[in-house]
Amino acid sequence: MTSSTKVFFLKVIIHLGALLPLANLYFLAFGDGLGADPVEVVIHFTGIGALNLLLITLSISPLAKIFKQGYLLQTRRVLGLYAYTYALFHVLNFLSFEVQFDGALFISEVIERPYITVGMVAFLLLTALAITSISKLKRKMGKSWQRLHNFNYLIALLVTVHFYWSVKSELTSPLFYLAIVLLLLLFRVKKIKRLLLSLFT
Amino acid sequence: MLINIPKKFDLNESHVTDEPIYHERRRLLKQMGFLGAGALMSSAIANNAKAGFFSDDEAPFQTRTLTYSKDPFNQTLIKTPEKKVISHNNFYEFGSKKDQPAELAQSFKVEPWQLKISGECDHPITLDYDDLTKLFPLEERIYRLRCVEAWSMVIPWIGFSLASLLKKVAPNSRANYVAFETLYDPKQMPGQANRRLGGGIKYPYVEGLRIDEAMNPLTLMSVGLYGKTLPPQNGAPIRLVVPWKYGFKSIKSIVGIKLVEHKPSTTWKKLAPKEYGFYANVNPNHDHPRWSQASERRITSGGLFTRNRIATLPFNGYSEEVADLYRGMNLSKHF
Ligand code: HEM
Repeated sequence: MTSSTKVFFLKVIIHLGALLPLANLYFLAFGDGLGADPVEVVIHFTGIGALNLLLITLSISPLAKIFKQGYLLQTRRVLGLYAYTYALFHVLNFLSFEVQFDGALFISEVIERPYITVGMVAFLLLTALAITSISKLKRKMGKSWQRLHNFNYLIALLVTVHFYWSVKSELTSPLFYLAIVLLLLLFRVKKIKRLLLSLFT
Repeated sequence: MLINIPKKFDLNESHVTDEPIYHERRRLLKQMGFLGAGALMSSAIANNAKAGFFSDDEAPFQTRTLTYSKDPFNQTLIKTPEKKVISHNNFYEFGSKKDQPAELAQSFKVEPWQLKISGECDHPITLDYDDLTKLFPLEERIYRLRCVEAWSMVIPWIGFSLASLLKKVAPNSRANYVAFETLYDPKQMPGQANRRLGGGIKYPYVEGLRIDEAMNPLTLMSVGLYGKTLPPQNGAPIRLVVPWKYGFKSIKSIVGIKLVEHKPSTTWKKLAPKEYGFYANVNPNHDHPRWSQASERRITSGGLFTRNRIATLPFNGYSEEVADLYRGMNLSKHF
C-alpha cells in the first residue's frame, strides 16, 4: 500500500469515527433517548470527545517520529478540525440547552466561573487555529503559523484545568488526562525550551 | 400546608413519554454507543453500553405497592416521570455518575434492616424493616427536589413526618441537632469500596439538621415513591427528604439517627466547606462558587429541546412553611 492510500483509509476511519458518534448522540437526544438529563450527557460527551481528539491530534507527530511513519502527519489537520467541531458543539450545547439562550446568564457564567473562563479562552484559541488551518492562510502566514499553532499545547493544558475545575469530587479522570498532556509535553521538551527562551530573550 | 406552584413552567401530561418507547431507545443507545463510540470516545455513553451488556441478566430489585393517603394539595404539579426519577440519581455509594446507581444497586439487600434512633432522648428505639412501613400511617407528599447542581424534579414521595418519629423517642433538652448516617457496607456498595467509583468522598455519608428543622412538618422520612417502596438507587429502604434544601441533605439508606447537642459534621461540607454549607437551603441569591443557583433545569418528560429552565425560588418555593426558622440569620454566611 502506498502512503497516499494509507492516508486515504486513515482519513475515512477518522471521518466515520468522529461523525458517527456525534450523529448518534443527537439522533438519540432528539427523541429523549439519553436518559433523564440529556443536557448533561451531550455536554459531557462532546467535551470529552473534543479533548480526546485534541490529544490524539497532538500525539500524531511523536508517533510518526517514533514509528518512522511520516505520512501520519497528513491526518493532523482533519483530526484537529474534528477536535474543534466537537468543542464547537460542546459550547453550543451549553449555550442552547444548559443556559437556553439566556445571553446575560451565558456572559455572567463565562466571566464569573473560572472553569468556564478557562474553557472560553481555550475555545477562542482553538477557533483561531481552526480558521488558520485553511491552506491559503497557512501559506500566507509563513513562520508565524507554526508559532500560532504551538498554542495547541497551551489549549490542551487549559482544557485539562477546565475539566479538573468542573468536577464536583471525582478527580481521577481529569488527573489521568493531565498525565497524558504532561507526557505529550515531555516529547517536546526541546521545542518548549526553545519557545520559552525565545519569549524571554 | 399549602404549597405554591410556580406558574412559569407549563408543560402538560401529553409530554410524558411512553415507557416502552423510552426503554427501547435506551437499549438502542446502549448498543449503538457501544459500537460507534467505544473505540474513540470514553464517555457516559460508552459506560452505559458496557454496563448494559454485562448486567442485563441481573434480576432487578423488587419493589412492592404501598397503602397511603394521597397528597391533598399538590396533585396538579407536573411530575417527573417515574422512569427518570429512578434512573437519574446522585448516590455515590453506587457510583458517582448519574446512571450508575440504577445499574449497580439492583442486588442491594434491604431486608433485614435496622434503623437505630438514639442519643439525647428518653426512649431510644431500633426499627426493623417492617416497622418502616407499618409504624406510622403513610402519606403521599409531592415535593420539588432541587439538586445543588441546578437541576430539579417533582417527585411523589411516600412516607411519614420525621417529627412523628422523633416524638416517639422523646428528645431531651440537650437535643439541639439531629445527625443521620447512611449504611456503611463496602461489600454491597461498590462506591465505598472503590475511591474512583465513589467520587472520593468519605464514607459513611453523614448529614444533619437543626432540631427545629427536623421537627418541621415538611421534613419527611420517605419509604417509597410513585406508590411503591423505594428502589435502592433512590435510597431504599428509608431516606430523608427535606424539600427546601439542596438534594444532598436528603440522605439515603439511613441506619442511624442520633439526637445530639452540637452541630454534627456533614459529608459535603467536610469535602468542600467553601462550596457546601451545613444549612444548604435552596437560595437563588447565593451562587455555588462554580455555577449560578439563580435558575434550574426542571427535568420532566421531553428531550434535549424542552425549554425547561425556570427561576429558582428561595427555599425552593417553601418559604411560607420554613422561612421563620431562619429569621434574623444571614443566609449568605450560613449557606
Ligand atoms: C466557552 C467555552 C466552554 C464552556 C462554556 C464549557 C462548559 C462546560 C460545562 C458546563 C461543563 C460541564 C461541567 C459540569 O458537569 O458541571 C464542561 C465540561 C467539560 N468541558 Fe467544557 N466548556 C467550554 C470549553 C471547552 C473546550 C474548548 C473543551 C475541549 C476542547 C472542553 C472540554 C470539556 C471537558 C473535557 C469537560 C468534562 C466533561 C466531563 O466531566 O465528562 N470545554 N464544559
